[in-house]
Amino acid sequence: MIFWRAIAAATLLAAAPALLAGEIPPDARRSGYSFMGPDTRAMQDDDTSNPGMLFVLDGGALWAKKAGSADKACADCHGDATTSMKGVAARYPAFDKALARPITLDQRINLCRANHQQAPALPYESRDLLALSAFVAHQSRGVAITAGDDPELKPFVAQGRDLFMQREGQLNLACTNCHDDNFDKRLAGSPITQGQPTGYPLYRLEWQTLGSIERRLRSCMTGVRAQAYDYGAPELVALELYLMSRARGLAMETPAVRP
Amino acid sequence: MARAFLHIAALIAAGLALASGARADELVPYKIIGDTIPEPLTGSPGDAARGRALVVARTTTCILCHSGPFPEARFQGDLAPDLTGTGDWLSAGQLRLRLVDASRYNPQTIMPSYYRNDGLVRVGRNFAGKPILSAAEIEDIVAFLVTLRN
Ligand code: HEC
Ligand code: HEC
Ligand code: HEC
Repeated sequence: MIFWRAIAAATLLAAAPALLAGEIPPDARRSGYSFMGPDTRAMQDDDTSNPGMLFVLDGGALWAKKAGSADKACADCHGDATTSMKGVAARYPAFDKALARPITLDQRINLCRANHQQAPALPYESRDLLALSAFVAHQSRGVAITAGDDPELKPFVAQGRDLFMQREGQLNLACTNCHDDNFDKRLAGSPITQGQPTGYPLYRLEWQTLGSIERRLRSCMTGVRAQAYDYGAPELVALELYLMSRARGLAMETPAVRP
Repeated sequence: MARAFLHIAALIAAGLALASGARADELVPYKIIGDTIPEPLTGSPGDAARGRALVVARTTTCILCHSGPFPEARFQGDLAPDLTGTGDWLSAGQLRLRLVDASRYNPQTIMPSYYRNDGLVRVGRNFAGKPILSAAEIEDIVAFLVTLRN
């Protein structure tokens, strides 16, 4: 009896995915929200004061608006977003069979524009693309993140992890040095978080606008005086994918507010 | 003898720079003895007042991580030891090595190497091939840090 229980326990231990050194255990993962002051939290919590909600509203209008030479709206194919898009953003970046690589939600939206609407791609960080992706991701608010589960994504998650651990730039710092080893400390007075990707696209007070996770990652790279990857570069997608898999179980917050 | 060593080191450094095709700025050669660089990197002594201004300036990056006796600097970091009293336990030679290349005494350190221009990954276009600080700036900061006494 005791013997069997010991074996069961051992099997459970063996089945749990091993945490690599320096990684944050699941029950210690915290959104950037938990590092913010009460005012910024209140701003995020109240939809009437959350400036990101204006983008979500715009995105809702674009969702229903016909576009491109196919003269179709997103809604014509996907119907009511509150059901068709619920949980979708929580599993992006996702593997695209045709391209044989992961794509971000922004890229997915532009593929629909190209393939299904015959409309030109919306530029990265343009108001319309941010609005559409905020609208789609907002349908996942409160949904637990599961991105990275698809076995085909494995090598790309690993690539993202390597990039996260890689020292870079003139200051020779890796993402992990700040976001695994030093969260809860202060960099020039401002709190360092775990770098969780729960809220994107989000409204950053410092930017005075909504921005994508790629914008955030590029500014962390510029901060360590590294050459930032271009928007849409496979390395940025891999980093975003690793961050999402690292955030497994945390709830989506789009549109979050950050200082 | 020491001179010959420095000369050879400089030649090797120049050779490496050529071989890798990088247009790295020429660094002043230096010699590490124990955990120190005993000789100044410049002919003229550092200026402590300029050093203080450098340490407090955000762009120099020190106070992103460190705090210290700098009442006017509102935003200081706590990723690294407070610099108060540094001059009590570290000599000019020790401080020089820590600034030039902190990874030489702690390979895991997160403190950047301020006087190094190689072995780095994806350095931004505007910074490629350049050390973070010049030899004169290193000497100014060393001159300031030795004055930090309890
Ligand atoms: C003519 C039909 C059509 C239109 C219009 C269309 N889509 Fe799609 N969408 C699809 C199809 C089909 C898929 C499945 C992937 C594929 O085959 O391209 C898809 C997939 C998606 C997905 C990924 C869903 C998942 O579960 O991974 C998102 C997000 C999405 N579309 C958003 C949009 C948005 C936003 C618009 C408008 C800008 C839009 N779509 C317009 C047909 C369309
Ligand atoms: C020198 C420290 C440092 C390094 C290195 C660094 N970051 Fe950051 N990062 C910050 C700070 C400071 C912020 C803003 C406050 C916060 O959200 O942590 C931030 C924010 C973030 C956020 C936003 C979190 C949120 O709640 O929205 C993400 C995601 C992130 N970083 C990922 C990365 C990645 C990926 C890398 C490597 C490419 C990286 N960071 C490198 C300091 C750093
Ligand atoms: C990214 C973080 C970071 C930055 C930027 C940084 N340091 Fe450091 N520094 C550290 C850490 C961490 C230590 C502790 C020893 C170690 O880890 O190697 C340290 C140690 C030191 C020490 C030795 C302190 C002692 O009591 O042993 C001095 C002196 C020092 N730093 C000065 C500076 C100066 C001057 C600058 C700017 C020119 C600077 N540091 C920039 C992280 C940093």
